[in-house]
Amino acid sequence: MTETAQNTDVPTKAPRSQWWDIWDQFRHHKGAMLASFVFLSILFIVIFGKFLWPIDPAYNDFGAMDQRPSLAHPMGTDGLGRDALAQMIQGGRTSIAVGMTAMLLALFLGTLVGVLSGYFRRLDGILMRITDLFLALPLLPLLLVMMMLFREPLSAAFGPEMGIFILMVTAIGLTSWMPTARIVRGDVLALKEREFILSAQSIGTTPFKMIMRHILPNVMSPIMVSATLGIANAIITESALSFLGLGFPPDFPTWGRLLNDAAEYLQIYPERVIWPGLAISLTVLSVNYIGDGLRDALDPRLRKR
Amino acid sequence: MLTFTIRRLLLAIPTLLFIALVIFSLLKLAPGDPTANVPLTVPPEVKAKMREALGLGQPNYVQFYKWLVQFFIIEPQVMIDHFFGTDFADGKLRVISWQWRGPVMDVVVQRLPQTLWVVGLSYVVGAMIAIPIGVISAYKQYSWFDQIGTFISMIGFSVPTFFTGLLLIVIFSVYLGWFPSIYDTTLVVNDWPSFVKQLKQIAMPVFVLALYNAAQISRFMRASMLDNLNQDYVRTARAKGLSERVVVLVHVLRNSMIPVVTVIALGVPGVFGGAIITEQVFKVNGIGDMLIKAIEANDLPTVQTLTFIFAFLIVIFNLIADILYGILDPRIRYD
Amino acid sequence: MKIKTILMGAACAFAMAPAAFAERGADGHLNIIYWQAPSTMNQYLSGGNKEQDAAALVNEPLARYDASGAIVPWLVDEVPTVENGGVSADLKTITWKLTEGLKWSDGTALTSEDVKFTWEYCTNPDGGCASSNYFDGVASIDTPDNRTVVIHFAEPKPFPYGPFVGASTPIIQKAQFENCVGAKAQECTTENFNPIGTGPFVVTDFRPNDVISFKANENYRDPNKPAFATVTFKGGGDAQAAGRSVLETGEFDYAWNLQLSPDVLASMESAGKGTVIKGFGTSVERIMINLTDVSPDLGDERGTIKHPHPFLTDINVRKALSMAIDRALLTKIGYGETGKPTCNVLPAPAIYVSTANDSCLTQDIEGANKLLEDAGWVKGSDGIRAKDGVRLSVLYQTSTNAVRQKYQAAIKQWWNQIGVEVELRNISASVFFGSDPGSNDTFQKFFADVEMYTNNFNGTDPENYMASWTCAQIPSPENQWQGNNMPRFCNEDYEALVKEMSVTGDINKRAELAKAMNDMLMQNYIMLPITHRASVSARSNTLGGVDMNVWDSQMWNVADWTRAK
Repeated sequence: MTETAQNTDVPTKAPRSQWWDIWDQFRHHKGAMLASFVFLSILFIVIFGKFLWPIDPAYNDFGAMDQRPSLAHPMGTDGLGRDALAQMIQGGRTSIAVGMTAMLLALFLGTLVGVLSGYFRRLDGILMRITDLFLALPLLPLLLVMMMLFREPLSAAFGPEMGIFILMVTAIGLTSWMPTARIVRGDVLALKEREFILSAQSIGTTPFKMIMRHILPNVMSPIMVSATLGIANAIITESALSFLGLGFPPDFPTWGRLLNDAAEYLQIYPERVIWPGLAISLTVLSVNYIGDGLRDALDPRLRKR
Repeated sequence: MLTFTIRRLLLAIPTLLFIALVIFSLLKLAPGDPTANVPLTVPPEVKAKMREALGLGQPNYVQFYKWLVQFFIIEPQVMIDHFFGTDFADGKLRVISWQWRGPVMDVVVQRLPQTLWVVGLSYVVGAMIAIPIGVISAYKQYSWFDQIGTFISMIGFSVPTFFTGLLLIVIFSVYLGWFPSIYDTTLVVNDWPSFVKQLKQIAMPVFVLALYNAAQISRFMRASMLDNLNQDYVRTARAKGLSERVVVLVHVLRNSMIPVVTVIALGVPGVFGGAIITEQVFKVNGIGDMLIKAIEANDLPTVQTLTFIFAFLIVIFNLIADILYGILDPRIRYD
Repeated sequence: MKIKTILMGAACAFAMAPAAFAERGADGHLNIIYWQAPSTMNQYLSGGNKEQDAAALVNEPLARYDASGAIVPWLVDEVPTVENGGVSADLKTITWKLTEGLKWSDGTALTSEDVKFTWEYCTNPDGGCASSNYFDGVASIDTPDNRTVVIHFAEPKPFPYGPFVGASTPIIQKAQFENCVGAKAQECTTENFNPIGTGPFVVTDFRPNDVISFKANENYRDPNKPAFATVTFKGGGDAQAAGRSVLETGEFDYAWNLQLSPDVLASMESAGKGTVIKGFGTSVERIMINLTDVSPDLGDERGTIKHPHPFLTDINVRKALSMAIDRALLTKIGYGETGKPTCNVLPAPAIYVSTANDSCLTQDIEGANKLLEDAGWVKGSDGIRAKDGVRLSVLYQTSTNAVRQKYQAAIKQWWNQIGVEVELRNISASVFFGSDPGSNDTFQKFFADVEMYTNNFNGTDPENYMASWTCAQIPSPENQWQGNNMPRFCNEDYEALVKEMSVTGDINKRAELAKAMNDMLMQNYIMLPITHRASVSARSNTLGGVDMNVWDSQMWNVADWTRAK
């Protein structure tokens, strides 16, 4: 009986793709599921929040300056009477967009350079010297030069806000891929000498396939950690740059800038510091747990358990 | 390994010269003016004279050549003179800052102690608590220890240091009055009370920075340990009957150190570079403060010198990391 | 109990007694914090206010401005005037007589040679001296004897108190700096860090951009001063930290330049450890309006007078922009008690202040709308006014600074209300105030429609300041964009007034001329003053003798500071 049942079962069941396995594993990671929920909620709020809370974040209500949280202004208002909730919603769009894009760019560059220089000995020397160069370049003058050379052409081509966005993302991405590259390279160097790589080599696997199938999945965890660190880093760097006048126009709130502006008021209006601080921490925390879950889910050895 | 080291060291010379050239061009290209901080009450034509007196009128290649000679020939001579009482460098022009019109290296020497005290100590403390936390978190994945560790380390690097620093100052300096809010760089530690005073003034900046560093290192440590704990060799080691202690602390830890070594090797030059924001928050006035002030003031010789020293350390420590890879995992060969 | 209280009160009164009873060094240690640290003790090489203040503890001029702006003798017995014969009738010479017996901190005598040397040092063409403009017009300096200094001007000088008066031109010692003239000035590190002076303190340890240690000058002229034996002059951090260290934690006694949010400052002061002190000088936060076209299509002729601005050349637009601003509200938000709304670019001293423009103090959005409407600027479907295809759209730039960004946000809203589109931009101060000809973001190139910053003038005489807006001062490619006339204003009547002031000696006549110039600038609406800013510092409640001075260095009377017990 059981045998027949099994025999009939097997053909009817469609072959499960690898992604289903990954999802299955991911679903069992409680932290990751909760984090996904939090992260999606944050995304939802910052994208659609302006329809739910239609106050203009740039509107100065001079009759309602420096207000504490109330029904009219759930997060209070700032020194010019701007609604803090509306500012948080709009700031989140920019911060998350900058953070995610810059992190992805840095991750892509870092992984590419790291894998290439770890795997191909001939590229190692030159790529690592370039990495050294980028590590040594002072960030601020570099950004000043980029601003000077590219701000006007980019603003002309994409409009002032999109132009600055591209510039910021490129700048942060270009200056933060090096640690990822160094770390990935170190892992690849060790990995390359492992038995399964040698055996794959012996059956004639092409370098491209080798990297995609065998190397990349095995350097996933440092990449994931870099991703979490990268998004926090990008959000904070953006705020530091805006603070120095190298970022978005001043009437363009971001979480980092809100945090920066509020630091002065830590003792008088602590809530102004808490909101953006909380938002940044929650975002980073949830990205980290999602990364953890993904890493576990992508690890075939863990999946078997 | 020896030939590799020698080859890399030789290769480092042209690399560093190239980096120096790139930094110089970048600084030259960047908009800025060393007289930007001079009040507006000083007329523009006087400012033009001041710039001329700084040697800004010279062609760029002359300025770069002068810096090379000053940094690579005269500064080492000054150092030899200092230690052996010789007079090779007498009357020769050293690398002179545009802000204080004095030798840049003298101020580097002046700033180094507080940077090492604060940034160096925090790195050591950070690494020392991060590695055990990373190991335990990975070994007991998803235990309460791991959850708390993850949470704290996330807070550690998602909350910017300027904010943690400010918060500590408000609590411990303003309300409790335990620690000074301003670092005294003139304090000489020569007896017990002055040592206590020194401990008090470094307590907050070291805590802030150590938290940040530990957060970062422990995440990499944990991830790398997790990767290795499920490897076949771990099972083999356990099957051989090795104690759990030996398996984890010898086999797994050693194989997990590669990314951590990389992160630490990337971080150590940063110690000498100082921690710009933390130094500013606690008024430590170390090398990080020196660099940011020099950038703000467009003090090209100082920025060039500091970034070059920084580049030198990066190249050296990345070489050290490469050598350590070979020691940690003898299968890695570079020849 | 009562007796005890009375005794305590008596003890207090005794301790508070005039400083004359005190002896030198009796009050111990003084802690000063400047959040921007001095980088050298030789202010002639740096020109910054922070260096000037640090140097004021050591080097002194012949005469100073006191807190009320009057010139008081310092190293001389009396200030020369035409009345006492010190200034010649033709206004071409001024004769200073040094007080007898003055000594440098190394014990040697201060002589007229030192004064003459200071002039030579600062006017050397290769020295790059930041105060050299104070010696403009000085033809020669004679030293008939050890105590007499005769300054000859090439032209009659109605205001001869430029050289050696005020914080910008203190006397340096000839013996020390003799070999540091010209190009060598930059290399004399030991001399620049440890100057010998006549002032109350001498440097014991100088760390650039970090901290300076001083001790009392043993050869100071008043044997009972200074009251403090040692001084620490710490730098670094930010304005808030500096304020906190005086007002909240009490670690420091004096903090300089606390540009902080008014409520933050008030809450710090409420801790009760210190007091905020302020003084109104000549600083005015103003918006400059660009009269030239800065469109990038113009290439090299961008921002030059060859191409007038498409709409800001219309005085009605400029006037409407001014009317839409609520100066009182802005000032209250940004500066609180430490600012006053103003309609004059020349806000002080009192005799120069015009009252002809005060109507701008009240905001009038409706009036501004009507003015634009009447001038033919009609609102389009997007709410932005236009005429003949020209839209009222301005780029508004300023340096990065929390208060300036608040001003920008508020003004943008008001200008939107009168149908003007506004794009905001903030630029790092080191780029904005720099004069790198390669950068398009400097305040002199002014590749924007309006820009905002603060300017002021040193001392009490506005002649040079008011001459900033002459045709010759227009920044252009020909003069590498160096010049003070940011609006690119060029008016014959104004030139005539400037010329007249340069030959007028009578103080009341000069005041009239200065007012007329101020009114002409204001009524042309080429610049919109907003706030008259005070200098703000904080002192510990245990520090006595501080007399906030905006006309000279804040450290001008540091010899008189005492510890109130």
